[in-house]
Amino acid sequence: MTDLTVADPATALASRRHINSDLRAQRVRSAWVFLAPTLLVLALVAGWPLVRTIYFSLTNASLTNLAGAEFIGFDNYLTWITLKSGRTIYRGLLADPAWWNAVWNTLKFTLISVSVETVLGLVVALVLNAHFPGRGLVRAAILIPWAIPTIVSAKMWAWMLNDQFGILNDILLGLGLIGQKVAWTANPDTAMVAVLIVDVWKTTPFMALLILAGLQMVPGDIYEAAKIDGIHPVKVFWRLTLPLIRPALMVAVIFRMLDALRIFDLIYVLTPNNAQTKTMSVLARENLFDFDKFAYGAAASTMLFLIIAGITVLYMWFGRVNFEGER
Amino acid sequence: MAELQLRDIRKSFGAYEVIKGVSMDIKAGEFMVFVGPSGCGKSTLLRLIAGLEEITSGTLSFDGRVVNHLVPSKRGIAMVFQSYALYPHMTVFENMAFGMQLAGKDKQRCRKRVEAAAEMLQLTPYLKRLPRQLSGGQRQRVAIGRAIVRDPTVFLFDEPLSNLDAALRVATRIEIARLHRSMHNTTMIYVTHDQVEAMTLADRICVLRDGRVEQIGTPLELYEHPNSTFVAGFIGSPKMNFLSETFAMPFDADTIGIRAEHLVIDQEGGLWVGNVVHSEMLGSDSYIHLDIGAAEPLIVREGGTSSHKPGETVRISPVAGQIHRFDAAGRSIGRTEMRGAA
Repeated sequence: MTDLTVADPATALASRRHINSDLRAQRVRSAWVFLAPTLLVLALVAGWPLVRTIYFSLTNASLTNLAGAEFIGFDNYLTWITLKSGRTIYRGLLADPAWWNAVWNTLKFTLISVSVETVLGLVVALVLNAHFPGRGLVRAAILIPWAIPTIVSAKMWAWMLNDQFGILNDILLGLGLIGQKVAWTANPDTAMVAVLIVDVWKTTPFMALLILAGLQMVPGDIYEAAKIDGIHPVKVFWRLTLPLIRPALMVAVIFRMLDALRIFDLIYVLTPNNAQTKTMSVLARENLFDFDKFAYGAAASTMLFLIIAGITVLYMWFGRVNFEGER
Repeated sequence: MAELQLRDIRKSFGAYEVIKGVSMDIKAGEFMVFVGPSGCGKSTLLRLIAGLEEITSGTLSFDGRVVNHLVPSKRGIAMVFQSYALYPHMTVFENMAFGMQLAGKDKQRCRKRVEAAAEMLQLTPYLKRLPRQLSGGQRQRVAIGRAIVRDPTVFLFDEPLSNLDAALRVATRIEIARLHRSMHNTTMIYVTHDQVEAMTLADRICVLRDGRVEQIGTPLELYEHPNSTFVAGFIGSPKMNFLSETFAMPFDADTIGIRAEHLVIDQEGGLWVGNVVHSEMLGSDSYIHLDIGAAEPLIVREGGTSSHKPGETVRISPVAGQIHRFDAAGRSIGRTEMRGAA
């Protein structure tokens, strides 16, 4: 430091700038070195499969003939021929009603399940954040649905929802709420409801835990300040708690949304082959493996990827704009 | 304007009693400081007055009205927290106006009050900032401003300076003293563990020890007439020197206490003799640590710069009439001179 002040100020500044840029370059270099393993693994496990899927979606590949796939452009997505009669026939994923049905099912499922889980998760988190005896035990116990593998909980619920022997029908009949047994998972009117119930049961704890983490970041003393200010508890929630846990809530919602948009296992086990609950993932798998339309399935997978990416970008963009506008 | 009466206030957390029967009167407009070591219950007592904790037994009244079961916002109090407790997502203005706005007060009046408080605390340029964009001292001023806006009859401070650095602490202390003068109708209760803050701010100090009142009095009363070795040792810096056994016997006491400034160097006829073990030079005065064979070295104040080096032998005498005498329980038995002292 003393050396610098003795030296000619201009030279000193220049040399300091030089040192700074050297230091910067070195930091950037070491950052890349540290990131390299992660990037490599990501490229192998995420990048390569993605590129392969996109590639296959542009070919006529079938499961038995992956190596001999020929490039056919965007024919899997959309193609049309005009008949002599002048009628144009569209074919491909984007003209497939089954695909749009799956898109609609997925969006419906995502919107309802994430909304319900967020509200319930918030309620549960608020309860778990309060002081009461046995809180630790309840906090652990509430995680059980989340800890059970989806296949297991889906089978468990499938049995409880069973039309002949299910406990749910038995209870509802006993209470006189329904007149006859309902085939919850098979009935087109109730299949989606059944899936939603199971998903909410399973995932609310996860949501609650993420929100609880956010709640615990809120300093306790501001609640005392609010007490002295004489602020009604309901207003405390809307004006203090909610704005302060907003970042945590946003993260929790995006996690859940990504999960919900690509839901597969629960639906595959609980309501197989039901047009009312078939989602994009289920449809993609069906084409990839069951129907031997590998390229078509790859096209569906690619579209699923693009839709999720688009929604995520939109969500983050709107989320941030609001976030900063409010502050 | 509010006069506070505490009558045998007790507070237990589970089986553990923290406040063990505190009674006192706090006069209207008075600046009362609760002081004591950590864990003595001073913050709890303040929180009981604020209504943030429930009183287990005893009565607390404001102007003769029992307020034990009133919620904090109905007690006419405002509180400044050690951690500031500002609403992090609101601007300085919103922080100060929040309570009033939600109480449905007139917007124009609300603005005026906030602006007046901001003016008083030199916060006007920061009204649009968020707490995290302010320094510690500015945040604490916002917290004080929020309290002023409430126009309280009782103003409570819970260690408001302990998160500030030394220079800022002195500056903010002076600001609080000024605030008290300008709000002379407002009773202020201030909790601290720092006896310098207590001495400089208080009209009266209440020394708490282990959930009980040890002594209440003006700063000088406590300094000059401490009731016990505890108060004598707590008030004043450096700490009062205590001597016992053979040193105390000639004074008819179990323990005697002498402040550093009441010991004078007397190389001819000094009462006690010892070796200098350490000396601290503060510029304006010096403190010599003298080993006279007691449990701890005696601290002797000398004006200006001391010439006594460690290892040197020094003879000292106590100033007549400035020896505090205490019995075996540490209670004061008055000041006196030595029997037949020369």
